[in-house]
This record gives sequence, C-alpha cells and structure tokens, in this order.
Amino acid sequence: MNARKAHSAKRLALQLVGLLVFVLLMGALIGSEGLAWSKIQADASLIADIRMPRTLGACLAGALLGLAGALAQGLFRNPLADPYLLGSASGASLGVAIGMVLLSQLDMSPWFMRVGITGMAFMGAWFAVALSLVLSWGVQHTLRLLLAGVVVGVVFGAIASLLLVMFPQIQGSVQSFMLGSTAYVSWAACGLMLAVLLVSWVVSVAASPLLDGLALGESTAISLGLPVKSLRWLLLAVLALCTAAAVAQTGLIAFVGLAAPHLVRARYKGTHGQSLSLSCLMGAVLLGGADLLARGLMAPLELPVGVLTAILGGGYMLFLMRGMSSKSAGSSKGRA
Amino acid sequence: MNSAHKISLSASNITVMHDDFKAVNDVSIKLKAGEWIALVGPNGAGKSSLLKALAGLIPAFGDVALLGKPWPEWNRRQRAQTLAWLGQAESGQEDLTVYDVAMLGRLPHQSWLAPPSAQDKAVVEVALKTVQAWEWRTRSLGQLSGGERQRVLLARALAVQADVYLMDEPLAGVDVPHQADWLEWVRCLTEQGAAVVSVLHELNLALQADGVWVMAEGRLVHSGLPQDAQTHQALSAVFQNRLQWREWQDQGETRWVALPK
Repeated sequence: MNARKAHSAKRLALQLVGLLVFVLLMGALIGSEGLAWSKIQADASLIADIRMPRTLGACLAGALLGLAGALAQGLFRNPLADPYLLGSASGASLGVAIGMVLLSQLDMSPWFMRVGITGMAFMGAWFAVALSLVLSWGVQHTLRLLLAGVVVGVVFGAIASLLLVMFPQIQGSVQSFMLGSTAYVSWAACGLMLAVLLVSWVVSVAASPLLDGLALGESTAISLGLPVKSLRWLLLAVLALCTAAAVAQTGLIAFVGLAAPHLVRARYKGTHGQSLSLSCLMGAVLLGGADLLARGLMAPLELPVGVLTAILGGGYMLFLMRGMSSKSAGSSKGRA
Repeated sequence: MNSAHKISLSASNITVMHDDFKAVNDVSIKLKAGEWIALVGPNGAGKSSLLKALAGLIPAFGDVALLGKPWPEWNRRQRAQTLAWLGQAESGQEDLTVYDVAMLGRLPHQSWLAPPSAQDKAVVEVALKTVQAWEWRTRSLGQLSGGERQRVLLARALAVQADVYLMDEPLAGVDVPHQADWLEWVRCLTEQGAAVVSVLHELNLALQADGVWVMAEGRLVHSGLPQDAQTHQALSAVFQNRLQWREWQDQGETRWVALPK
C-alpha cells in the first residue's frame, strides 16, 4: 500500500519536474517576438541577463507561494487558506508605497531604488504578520489570528490608499507592484529567493508531523507529544518569510498559493512531508507557466502575470466551488 | 502482572475555568490499571473538560499523577507513549489516508522524521485489522463516513499501545455492530492491564463498564458500580428523573438498562 502511495508521489514529482524543465527552457527561448533563433544567437546576453533570471525568478516565487499556501492550509486546517491571510499582502503594498514616497524624494541610483523598494515590501509583509500575531495574542487561537490578519489587511490597505491619494506620483509604480510582475527579477533576486526557499523547505518538511497531527485536531496533536506551540510559531515564521520573499520580488500574485496545494491534493493523498514538497514544485510550474502565457498571449504586449493568475485562479475557484457543491449534493443524496 | 491494585491515573481537586465559568469544579478521581470507567452526565456537565484536563490538553488547577508520577515530571514524549487520547471528531484537512492516520499513533515511539520501523508497521496493521479498517487503508479520511472515521481514529489511539486511554465520545456515529466490537476491544485492552475512561452518551453501553462516574454542573456527583442502586439514582437525578430502569439476566448475571421516560 505504502509503495503504491510513494509511487504516486514520485510519479507526480517526476511529472512536475519535467514540466518545470520545459517551462524553464521555453522561458529562456521565447520572448515577446516568439521563438527567434537569429535574435538568440545574436544576443546571448538577452537569455542570460533577462529571460533566464525572469523565468527562474517566476518559478522560485511560485515555489515559495506554493509552499506558503500548503503551510497556511495545514496550519489553519482550512483548504481555502492562502499565504496572504495574515495581512502580508497589504503590508507589502504599504511598504512599497512608503518606500516610493521616501525614495522618490531622494536622488539615488535605479539599482539602489530597486533594492530599497524590495526591502520595504519585505519589511512591510513581515511587519503586518508580526502585528497580526501581536493583536491575536499569539498563535493559540486560530480564529482570532485570522480575524487579526483581516483587520491588519484592511487597515494597511486603507493607509496605502491614503498615501496614493496624497502622493499621486507614486500611483503607477505601486499599481504595477500590486498587479504583480516578474519582469524585473534579477539574478540577485533569484539567489535570495532560492536561499529562502531552501531554508524554508527544509524547516517545513522537518516540522511537517505537526501539520499531520493538526489535521486530526489540536488536542490530538498535543496528545501525540508534538511541541505544538513552538512548531506553530516556527511554521508561521516560515510562512511569513516565504510570502514576504516572493511578494517583495514579484509583487502581489494571486491564487498560486491557494491553487498549488489544491492541485497537489487532487492527485496525491498523504502526509504533509510530501505534499509540501509537491506544492513547491506545483507552485513553480504554475507561476512559471503563467509567466510564459503572460508574455506570449498578447505579444508583443505583455500582461502583468498577477492579472493572469487572478483570472485563471478565479476560474479555478469557480471549478472548485462546482466540485464542492456536487460533492455535498451527492452526499446528501447518499444520506437520504 | 498484578495490575488490579495499581493506580494508573489519579487526580485531586481538578478545577477547569472557561473564562469566569467553572467547567470542572474540584473533582478528584482514581483510575486503576485494568479498569474501564464510563464517564456520563448531561450535556454541559463538564465531562469533556475533565477528560481534557486529565490528558493535560487544557490548563487546569489541581494535581494529576500518571502511573504514580506527578504530571510535571513527565516529558512530553514519554507521556504521549503512556497516555493515549481519542477526541471528538474535529474538522480539518481530510487528505491523510487511513494508514497515515493510524501511523500517527506511533509518532510518540519514533525518532523525529525517522521512517516507521517494522514494529511500527506491524502494530499499525494489527490496530487497523482490529477495527476492520485494513481493507480500506489507502482511502483518505474525507472518503469515510462518520462511523468509519471514528473507527480509524480508534485504531490511531490503539496504535499508541498506551497504559491509559482517555476517549471522548468514541462511539459517536458508530453503528450497533461496531459498538459491540468496541466493547470487546475495550475489554481486551483492560485485560492487558490498560485503564480506559470513556465519555459515553449511550447509557446502556456505559452500564457495562467496570465503574461509572456521574457528572453534573462541573462536579463529580457519584462514582460507583453500574449495577448499584445508588448509581441508578444518581443517573436518574442528573437526567431530570427522565429514566426508567429495567433489569435483565445475562448468563446468570443481573444487568440493567436505562430507558427514556
């Protein structure tokens, strides 16, 4: 039995790795003018400096969001939980808005400007999550934590909107961040995301028995001897770190964190140790693929990848709702 | 092993506060090895809170000792190996397979992140076969009915191979044949020296236990044998005198059933 399950996880992992390699290759070869060999041969730096970091960055941000989504759904025991639940998205937007206001007043090089804005997004996301935790008096009460996340999200969103009204010159940049884009991901950003991903993945998989225990309820998890409180803090920190790292580099990208764990669970039922890793791979394929589509659908015009994931994700949610209603209708029929 | 007089679990002056409300009020108990106690009482009597306090799952005033050793002296892992908890079904993710759930019962015996040993696998197989769930071990929890799910959760608790089992409504949603099976499993556990406390709403099953603890309004109002008249009076009193008692003979033994009136 276990061999069969391991086989299913391994097969899914192999399929996802295959898709990921395909996405990376296509991302390197295809540009806004399609697959133009002459252009590639003439300008190899186009691939090395622009397309590769961008495609790899999209995949890494997707992997981070996929992992964060799987963690959020496991920690909150809610299949509709997503990485932005604790206010990190609004925090990052506010960080970017404040960064734009502050940095646009100073005379700095574009490189420093970019690092500064990324840093502000990162700090904003972290600050929002920390504030949610403080307002909910810790991690013990899940509902209180979610409500605190909603409050922080709304308040930070309102402050960001206020800044946009007060400083209209930053509207374009902040809006571009909120739409989500992989266009400016550099090799340095890829390095940062890769480092965060590796650390987060190792920590998450090591702490995954907590999520298995929590699936049966908090009391059961405690009774199994799991250090529930400390592991929950640890995984929340990892969730915040993954979200902040992805959001800071690529802006607000919707639904990848929600959809990746769902798509994994549709194919694989089992422990979180494996589903977390598979969610990483699924997130990478989803955002990498969405980035390819965003570049290719209306070429040479480019869609913001966040808009595309929102549209595709919305469709997926509708599909999910349809599945849920037919399932509940089926079960009521069965009971009757 | 002479387990008849050994105290597996004792608690004195247990009080559980839910904000300003005393859910459990100054309760003291002793549970012997090899004994099965049914904890009964009306809704809101504090049964689940008492059980959770005994399992160390919620903060409580008072002292608890497990196998004679005070609660604070146990480390988390040893305690999890010694005391198994089976809670009321809590909602959550339902993607774990039946086998995974049962294997979670072995978690207290495993090193962190170590793969299950041959012994773990053997214990899980026996536990799943005991509750007749081995055949559908690859199904996920979400694919099970309430009663099937409860049997799998029981297998998880059995896989702990603990000395003390605390079960909160283990028969919720379980059909009659499997309720009868559950009685056999509990008897089997107690014969092996384990002690069991189960919160039960099925009074007639509770009356088959070795002892009955009756709770009302947070207090333990009676502790006695199921065939004692005082136990019946206490039960009638906490259930607003809405019970009628009928006697019947079971292989020469006098037993009682409680019917609603």
